[in-house]
Amino acid sequence: MLRFIVRRLLLLIPVLWGLSVALFLWVRALPGSPAQALLGERATPEKIRQIEIALGLDQPLYVQYWRFLEKALRFDFGTSIQSSRPVVEEMGRRFPATIELGVTALLIAVLIGIPVGYFAARRHGTWLDQLSVSASLVGITIPVFFLAYMLRYVFANQLGWLPNTGRQEARMLDVEHPTGFYVLDAIVTGNGPALSDALLHLVLPAVTLATIPLAIIARITRAAVLDVLNEDYVRTAEAKGLTARTITRRHVLRNAMLPVSTTIGLQFGLLMSGAILTETAFAFEGVGKFVAQAIPSRDYATLQGFILVIAALFVLINLLVDISYGLIDPRVRVR
Amino acid sequence: MSLLDVRDLSIVFSRRGRRDVRAVDEVTFSVAAGETVGLVGESGCGKSVTSLAIMGLLPKRGAAVGGSIKFDGTELTSLPADKMRGLRGRDIAMVFQDPMTSLNPVIPIGLQVTEVLRRHRDMDAAAASKEAASLLERVGIPDPARRLKEYPHQLSGGMRQRALIAMALACKPRLLIADEPTTALDVTIQAQILELLKELVVDSGTALVMITHDLGVVAGMCDSVHVMYSGRIVERASRWELFEAPRHPYTAGLLASVPRLDQARGEKLEPIPGSPRDTIPWTQGCAFAPRCRNRIESCTQGAPELVADKLRPDHDLRCFNPIDVAEQEAVTL
Ligand SMILES: Nc1ncnc2c1ncn2[C@@H]1O[C@H](COP(=O)(O)OP(=O)(O)OP(=O)(O)O)[C@@H](O)[C@H]1O
Ligand code: SF4
Ligand SMILES: [Mg+2]
Repeated sequence: MLRFIVRRLLLLIPVLWGLSVALFLWVRALPGSPAQALLGERATPEKIRQIEIALGLDQPLYVQYWRFLEKALRFDFGTSIQSSRPVVEEMGRRFPATIELGVTALLIAVLIGIPVGYFAARRHGTWLDQLSVSASLVGITIPVFFLAYMLRYVFANQLGWLPNTGRQEARMLDVEHPTGFYVLDAIVTGNGPALSDALLHLVLPAVTLATIPLAIIARITRAAVLDVLNEDYVRTAEAKGLTARTITRRHVLRNAMLPVSTTIGLQFGLLMSGAILTETAFAFEGVGKFVAQAIPSRDYATLQGFILVIAALFVLINLLVDISYGLIDPRVRVR
Repeated sequence: MSLLDVRDLSIVFSRRGRRDVRAVDEVTFSVAAGETVGLVGESGCGKSVTSLAIMGLLPKRGAAVGGSIKFDGTELTSLPADKMRGLRGRDIAMVFQDPMTSLNPVIPIGLQVTEVLRRHRDMDAAAASKEAASLLERVGIPDPARRLKEYPHQLSGGMRQRALIAMALACKPRLLIADEPTTALDVTIQAQILELLKELVVDSGTALVMITHDLGVVAGMCDSVHVMYSGRIVERASRWELFEAPRHPYTAGLLASVPRLDQARGEKLEPIPGSPRDTIPWTQGCAFAPRCRNRIESCTQGAPELVADKLRPDHDLRCFNPIDVAEQEAVTL
């Protein structure tokens, strides 16, 4: 198992290197240039030239790439031209926000999706089952923006139960943030009001972001449980007279979790793309919003740095999924 | 009083948009403590659903069970689900046909044995795993301590069936139902598993219902035999009687299609013509009529009843024109 993990981690090196080359070329293939984007209307050939020299964009590509790589290895991704701050500093501010949002959304999706799928399967063919199937279809097809505005309208504007946008109230501005994860920060510093503020701000964006993964997880769980309930080994377990609880946990859910755990791993990509829309809709200062804005402003440094880190996270999460798969299923266990 | 008493059992499957399927009807038989009873018939005749009905394992929706199933005096068809769970695996156990799919692939063999012990025999983890090792040893699995930690995919088919037998026998049940326990195995392994069942079940006084389509299996171990056709019992007799002088044309057909040691080399086996699907509903006559050599006119005018054979005691028949005993003798000679 340890060798498997180390091998997979080593594999990360060529993957990230290849990706860095592709990314580097891709951002430069975008029409227009950072200088133009910065100057907009006021662009004159001289001014553009000045800025290009300042940013090192006048050098040949391989020189530019080499500089980028050299710095990246020291975890220096340059300066964002959107915010004029170091990219690494932006990462430190924004990754915690998105991770907090994504983890909350995934928790909602898993904690609701799996039980819903399970009970739908158990009541296969009844109206409850049909209701959950149609609800999940709605969940998958509903546009994220529409849902976001509906939720804001009802729960923030009309009922006033939850905050409209952002990560925290203005009055919380002087709260300490040692890690950047606001929920975690509030717990660590023992700040009750900050905790409830951070949590309340998470609810609507997280629910929005969770809908699609929740619907998918519920559907996959339902299908997997239906399959497993027909398996001979479940009949064997019944023939042993085991309690319904043991049969459900040990024999049904454990096997049904195999396809579900793969699905959960795949949700990560979906969460990242969903985060761009959700963060924009809720003015939630996270990775998604920042990266989305980096494209029109030709913020090369931000695009390169952020996408590399996202890719590394993606690989790591899939490694975690594979490990958990191995823990559940002895047949694929690596020795 | 017998240990298991099945009376007038009927099982009807209904599904929306389809016609009801009467898979089993008028099935009556009993099993005395320690007795071994064979339930024989071709594929689809209702052997498995009968055994599932006894175990209370038929689907809750879409399967209607009629008649009565009494175990040691307790009516099982109306027993509450939790009481039935307490009985299953402890007093009545079952071994299924396919050992490749009957074990949970993601948990170790050991846990699959100990979970029965802990559920019904109130053992703690240590006692249960000791008992599990000795159970595996008894069913002939070498190196049981290691096997307990292994997963099903690490065991061969024969070993898996042994493990399943160990689980079934873990609580010393009074009745074991074996539903074609050897059909999915290689021929040499089949013989070993039958030998094991004989040794552990028959000789220990556990009653056994042996379900099979193979009369050869019945010949080696059963006290009495029930032959089923299209959901009903068509003949019942002691093993000796049935093999010496089958009276029902279907039984005779089954016997003629079993290879025998005393058969001259080159002599052809005679399979029953047609297939189990060439049947008529029992409400219109004898379901076997389309394939029967002894068919007479009355066979398709009404259903024969299961009645005691006029010629022999302890021999029941459902047939208008059974095979003549004298003729039988001529055939065997
Ligand atoms: N869940 C079900 N729904 C509808 N019909 C069923 C169901 N289970 C069994 N049947 C029907 O009941 C009949 C008897 O099936 P059963 O499995 O008992 O046969 P069997 O004698 O065990 O045959 P085999 O030798 O193939 O195991 C079959 O005709 C089958 O179509
Ligand atoms: S009742 Fe008639 S058709 Fe049926 S087995 Fe007997 S002789 Fe054959
Ligand atoms: Mg069967």
